[in-house]
Amino acid sequence: MELADAVALIMFIGVIAYAVFAGADFGSGIWDLGAGDAEQGGPTRRLVDHAIGPVWEANHVWLIFVLVFLWTGFPEAFGSIMSTLYVPFCFVALGIVFRGCGFAFRKFSDDLASARLFGTAFAAASLITPFFLGMVTGAIASGRVPGEGVGDRWTSWTGPTSWVGGALAVLTCAFLSAVFLAADAERLGHAELTERFRRRAMVMAIITGVAALAGVAPLRLDAPTLSDRLLGRGVVFMFGSAAAGLLSLWLLHRRQFHLARGAAVAAVVAVVAGWGVAQYPWVLVDEMTIAEAAGSSATLWGLLIAFGIAAVLVLPPLAYLFWLTDKSVLGTEFSAGE
Amino acid sequence: MLTSLVLASTESDLLAARNQMALTLGYHIIIACFGVAFPAMIFVAHRRAIRLNDDTYLELARRWSKVAAVLFAIGAVTGTVLSFEMGLLWPELMSTYGDVMGLAFALEGVSFFIEAIFIGIYLYGWDRLPPKLHSLMLVPIMMAGASGTFFVLSVNAWMNSPTGFDTITNAAGEIEVINVDPLAAIFNSAVGLQYVHMLLAAYMVVAFSVAATYAIGILRGRNDRHHRIGLLIPLAFACVVTPIQPAIGHFAGQRIADEQPIKLAAIEGLATTESEVPTIIGGYYDGEKVVGGIEIPIPGLASFLAQNSFDAEIVGLDAVPEEDRPPVNIVRTSFGIMVMIGTALVGLVAWFGWSWWRRRKRPESKWFLRAVALSGPAAVVALEAGWITTEVGRQPWVVNGLLRTEDAVTDAEWIWASFGVITAVYALITVAGISVLRSMTRRWRDGEKHLHTPYGPPEQLADAPQPVEVG
Repeated sequence: MELADAVALIMFIGVIAYAVFAGADFGSGIWDLGAGDAEQGGPTRRLVDHAIGPVWEANHVWLIFVLVFLWTGFPEAFGSIMSTLYVPFCFVALGIVFRGCGFAFRKFSDDLASARLFGTAFAAASLITPFFLGMVTGAIASGRVPGEGVGDRWTSWTGPTSWVGGALAVLTCAFLSAVFLAADAERLGHAELTERFRRRAMVMAIITGVAALAGVAPLRLDAPTLSDRLLGRGVVFMFGSAAAGLLSLWLLHRRQFHLARGAAVAAVVAVVAGWGVAQYPWVLVDEMTIAEAAGSSATLWGLLIAFGIAAVLVLPPLAYLFWLTDKSVLGTEFSAGE
Repeated sequence: MLTSLVLASTESDLLAARNQMALTLGYHIIIACFGVAFPAMIFVAHRRAIRLNDDTYLELARRWSKVAAVLFAIGAVTGTVLSFEMGLLWPELMSTYGDVMGLAFALEGVSFFIEAIFIGIYLYGWDRLPPKLHSLMLVPIMMAGASGTFFVLSVNAWMNSPTGFDTITNAAGEIEVINVDPLAAIFNSAVGLQYVHMLLAAYMVVAFSVAATYAIGILRGRNDRHHRIGLLIPLAFACVVTPIQPAIGHFAGQRIADEQPIKLAAIEGLATTESEVPTIIGGYYDGEKVVGGIEIPIPGLASFLAQNSFDAEIVGLDAVPEEDRPPVNIVRTSFGIMVMIGTALVGLVAWFGWSWWRRRKRPESKWFLRAVALSGPAAVVALEAGWITTEVGRQPWVVNGLLRTEDAVTDAEWIWASFGVITAVYALITVAGISVLRSMTRRWRDGEKHLHTPYGPPEQLADAPQPVEVG
């Protein structure tokens, strides 16, 4: 494996981690948005706070990880991406600001009106951020970000592939988090919320699967390079994702939430990995390969070493954080207030 | 004709981009200080609470950690905006030099990761983890704060003293970077002093801000033990870091004299290269000399400060063509403000230190409390003034001597719009953040120990079997 490929692989592992962990956090915000008025939505919102409170900041760092790897390892690709996709990235940045601030502020607000205001900011931002990130993905995957110069700042990210990407990103987040929240609610012994999110997770599994299938048609027309490989060497990942999705559906049906969570994660990992495999060896599809975009090899080595350091210093405490959260050692005392 | 039109629009967009960067960076740096230095103060309070079994300390640690939760969230998101802006606003900087300076950012990312993980554990670990273990979660946060500061400052220092690469001009006339040595870039000649200067600044900003909060409380008549300890802990920190800062600043200035003489010339307002340069406080640079300032009656003081010799030569602005000079008055004035405030803060901690040394008490005068109340905002102003000095003083370069800011900026046309939106959004989160923090302190004053989140209408909450405790 070439050095640049190794760095790209690590960067892509960051993309997958962000999709899974931050995806579940964004999805929780989406359910928060649809939880209804203050009276109906109270229990859901408590569950959301309980589930993502301790972990959302750490999960968010995967995005920084990916950005830093991109601009350090593949500086020219980063320049092109950010220049061309100025507008959607502005929306993503705003979404990140409103999501984080809204979430933190709601926790400490003292009356219903302000909690509602901050909660809406958090929840709405949780919807638009993955949507625009999905659109960005579509722009790159359909070859609309040029290697040299700047692509059209509007049409580059509004093509059919971008819409597919945006929609799939939102649906995936919602599916994943519904499974997570069902598992959390069950562990906390809240039957009604468990049932609610179990139902939602099953519906979302079906909708997301259908949408992914339906997305193939626009992809065939709009992103031939990607879809050729997706249906070629990437096809095993697509089937894997479908199988894992169906498995999670069956496990949800059987109320085996812990296992269903694993299957749902596998489904998302497989679909993102499939995209990565289909896109290889391009950083910018049809425009710039990993080798062409790669920065100096001394720096690439540095990145590999930095990743090694990170693996030693970050992964154990991260596992500890997840373990504490999962065992409900951390977090707000949960009561759905009913 | 066409060129001039293009240039005109670019110049305006450049101004918008620089404003946006300045706003978002200037905003984040204040919040980031709390991420770096506040955990240390919480740690002191928390450890003393455990050791002395003292509820006042424990209550302070608890409350500070909740304030920190709000500030850390703002810090995390405003920091992310900055990493977006590196590419959105300055794509040429990143395309050309991303692989030279990027590794420092990657290591900063590792620091941020560790910080975020342990912040999650600490903030949500109250009453859940064994107290000693719980308080120790602050240690990695402090260490990650210090190392993260190093790597971010390393990038900024690299922009001042770019090293660790060579450049060639390729066939197309573009500059290409070769022979990259990322370690040499990280450990450039400017990073040491800039890092210590900023780390101390972070501790000063947080110490004086927290102290100011409790000084105001005492001035308003809440002279209880809670407020007295809340004042003493940050003042103790201030006493350690503040007196070192002028010395570090002085050496940083000497480095500038050697490596960025034009920045120093702007600070001094020195038009032509001269020896035995005096120090002039205040005044205005009219394009030839500083007018209306007060000259300190020690001949050659500026020469001495810069070069350790009263008759040393200081390089003037005329050493470079006009288009390579920074805007003198902005650099000079902000430098003056920073030094003035820094000096006053040294005086303030000297006052406190003297009183503590003689009587084991803080100065009783109300004026002391008033001065402390003022010191918080003053420290923030000094922080901003320092950053304006170094950043504007580097202009017109983004990478000193190599890449002009105007050549690094994006050619997107709507930067004024994005600047306007981001200004509005940052104003909004500031207002919201302050109102949330104020409501928290109000509820604490009213005797609420645990702050409840109002997920639903009050009547419904009243029926809730168990209250939801936060943080």
